[in-house]
Amino acid sequence: MTFQRLWSRSAIYFVLIAFAAWYLMPIYLMLITGLKTYDQVSITNMWALPFPLSLDGFSQAWGKVSANFGNSLMITVPAAVISAFIGSINGYIFAKWKFRGSNTLFMLFLVGMFLPYQGILIPLVQTLMALGLYGSIVGVIFVHCIFGIPITALMFRSYFAGIPNELIDAAKIDGCGFFGIYRWVLLPISFPAFAVVLIWQFTMIWNDYLIGLIVVSNPRLAPVNVAVKNLAGTYTTQWQVQMSGALLAALPTIVVYLALGKFFMRGLLAGSLKG
Amino acid sequence: MPVSRSKETATTPGGGSAAPTSAPHRRAFKLRGDLAIAIVVLMPSIVAVAIFIYFFIGYTLYVSVVKWPTLLPDYTFVGLQNWLNMFQDMRFQIDMRNLVLYAGGFMTQCIVIGFLLASLLDAKIKSEAIFRTIFIFPFAVSGIVTGVVWRWLMFPSSGLNQLFETFGLGFLKSKWYTDPTFGILAVTIAATWQFSGYVMALYLAGLRGISHELKEAAAIDGANTWSLYRHIIIPLLAPVTFTAVVLTGMGSIRVFDIPAVLGTGAAFSTDALAFHMFQLTFQSNKMSAGAVIASLMIILAAFLVGPYLASLQLEEAQ
Repeated sequence: MTFQRLWSRSAIYFVLIAFAAWYLMPIYLMLITGLKTYDQVSITNMWALPFPLSLDGFSQAWGKVSANFGNSLMITVPAAVISAFIGSINGYIFAKWKFRGSNTLFMLFLVGMFLPYQGILIPLVQTLMALGLYGSIVGVIFVHCIFGIPITALMFRSYFAGIPNELIDAAKIDGCGFFGIYRWVLLPISFPAFAVVLIWQFTMIWNDYLIGLIVVSNPRLAPVNVAVKNLAGTYTTQWQVQMSGALLAALPTIVVYLALGKFFMRGLLAGSLKG
Repeated sequence: MPVSRSKETATTPGGGSAAPTSAPHRRAFKLRGDLAIAIVVLMPSIVAVAIFIYFFIGYTLYVSVVKWPTLLPDYTFVGLQNWLNMFQDMRFQIDMRNLVLYAGGFMTQCIVIGFLLASLLDAKIKSEAIFRTIFIFPFAVSGIVTGVVWRWLMFPSSGLNQLFETFGLGFLKSKWYTDPTFGILAVTIAATWQFSGYVMALYLAGLRGISHELKEAAAIDGANTWSLYRHIIIPLLAPVTFTAVVLTGMGSIRVFDIPAVLGTGAAFSTDALAFHMFQLTFQSNKMSAGAVIASLMIILAAFLVGPYLASLQLEEAQ
């Protein structure tokens, strides 16, 4: 029994460690390749460690993508904050101000979470042109805020649904109205929900490629993932530049994930509607 | 209304007759006013969803049945002609075949790996949090970065093939995404790397929801591990599997980023509907042809999402 148990425990750890290595391998490869010089990068020496270490790849890649990195920050931070704010109001209404048909309306909102963006790109571009938002960073922010409405409403609705109605009723008796309840009862206790939504929206918007590609045609205004894709297309044999650029683009979301993993996990479950 | 008034008078015996009747009345009036405010505040979002989701979907479907062959709009009705032309198109036919292969490969890998890892992590593992963090982190990495790094990992004369050779696993060598027939399956490996941790998280949450008493009762009952999984755990996790099927199915329909990095490949072997749609619409300006693929993607998504949302609504009603 104990021998069998030892064997099965070892097998479990072996499988887990093997998968962990598999999941980490691409990051390892990006790192060792990014730290090589152009001379060291070759197809046959792909797995060799970089020696001597060189930051040429990173500085070259940074020179190419730093402006786009800035664009991504200018897109992602406002878009995440605005859509979290909109979501908190909508979630509050869907959770605590039910009216006839509000649940059906909420379901109609949720459909938007599963929409393949290709399905709306043609009218989207026409509309943005008509609104004068096409080709601008404000346009990208606008689009992310609109398409963030379903998921942010969902996340805040689930959170506010867990707040007892007695609390709301007590506030009503104290004379709080619609805005009073939001401002004085719910907002002070909704930090966890804001954390989940902000992290989720930050990750999704930072990692977006399609909207950035479609809405801004000027590569200088493009977000970082568009730039990394272009970098990979131009520096086809300079893998150290490609890998450095990719790692730089991945860094902000990985850092956020490692620092705030608990909230990220909750976002994962909410994103599947099973939160 | 009468009910609340009688309650009010019952709980405040001997109270003044004016106050108990007018206060609830005023409160009810104020509440209705606040509900009106709520609906007004919600209105911009309702309008945005109505336009940017529902009207846009309808508009795309409409563009798929008008002429519009170039950048200049042409709303001449042509019926299903664009659709019939698309079905004749060789690249489109390969895209559909790729979709089937991709969905099969991606869904199977994500569900099998996600379930396996979740079950292992549920077996009271030391440093579970570290493993979990590692398995999920690729989900925080963008599709473009995933595509760029896996393009090199699967570079035929290097990368994984070289690694396999070093470890005497030469039989595992593959042409990966350069394979003219099954290149799309290499794309699913990269996509699985990115997404399987998410599926694992779903299964892990599901497993944590199954009581230990149930598992232990089955163990005492003499159920060995295999039949415990087969008869108790897997059936109990069916809703999670349904969720995983819907999410990975959606991922299969809209896959775009990795094919955008790899390009269409030899004989379109790494092409996807979404990438074809993008090239038709925004590079060749064939609006109606692009709208046909866009519409098809919406219809395919509806077949997955419709039952899913319906099941959620049932759950909520219960």
